[in-house]
Amino acid sequence: MRLKLLYFAWVRERIGKADEEVEPPAHVRTVADLVGWLSGRGEQYAYAFENPKVIRAAIDRAHVRADTVLAGAHEIAFFPPMTGG
Amino acid sequence: MRTIRLQREDFDAGAEQAALARGRPEVGALVAFTGICRGDGIAALTLEHYPGMAEDEIARHVEEAERRWPLKGVTVIHRFGRLVPGDNIVLVVTASAHRAAAFAAAEFLMDYLKTKAPFWKHEERAGTASWVDAKAADDQAAERWNRRADAAE
Repeated sequence: MRLKLLYFAWVRERIGKADEEVEPPAHVRTVADLVGWLSGRGEQYAYAFENPKVIRAAIDRAHVRADTVLAGAHEIAFFPPMTGG
Repeated sequence: MRTIRLQREDFDAGAEQAALARGRPEVGALVAFTGICRGDGIAALTLEHYPGMAEDEIARHVEEAERRWPLKGVTVIHRFGRLVPGDNIVLVVTASAHRAAAFAAAEFLMDYLKTKAPFWKHEERAGTASWVDAKAADDQAAERWNRRADAAE
């Protein structure tokens, strides 16, 4: 499963890039699994995802919960709580 | 009539209101909310957004507002990029036959923009810069619309 990942705000700053393509292993089934797998990829990722509860996610441009299954997803975004308006 | 725009440039709130009401005798009420960059110690505010999703998310909430209230028109304009105190940030204009729908829909849309539209504010103050934290009060303001929907069912 090849995924395009996007990062915004301080998640982007901590990871040090705005986007990347990844191919996670088969046991990565949900958004929470993906966060866990990414956290193990290096210090910047561990720092960005140190408090998974505050991380918000979107699959193909719609908000999703951490337990959402990734099957069929193309673009996954991670970001902090939103502060628009 | 539905207008949703994300833009770096400023907007003209008066012109946007006129555009929603001009030549449309069915419009009897127009509510406009403009969010402005406050000057309380802030040197500048930079708004980052998720292009594509921001438009989609705003459109989903405009559709929800149209389902809940008998609206004759909605305009939402949200700016991104670097703003300074006094600059416009966001505009919501709602039009309806009577005032109740226009007032309620404008407040609903603003509450949702604050908590669900993918925008993030970065502040510069006196030599330091930091991401603005989300406010629990904004989550609570958005949450009460869910309770109202439950109560109505």
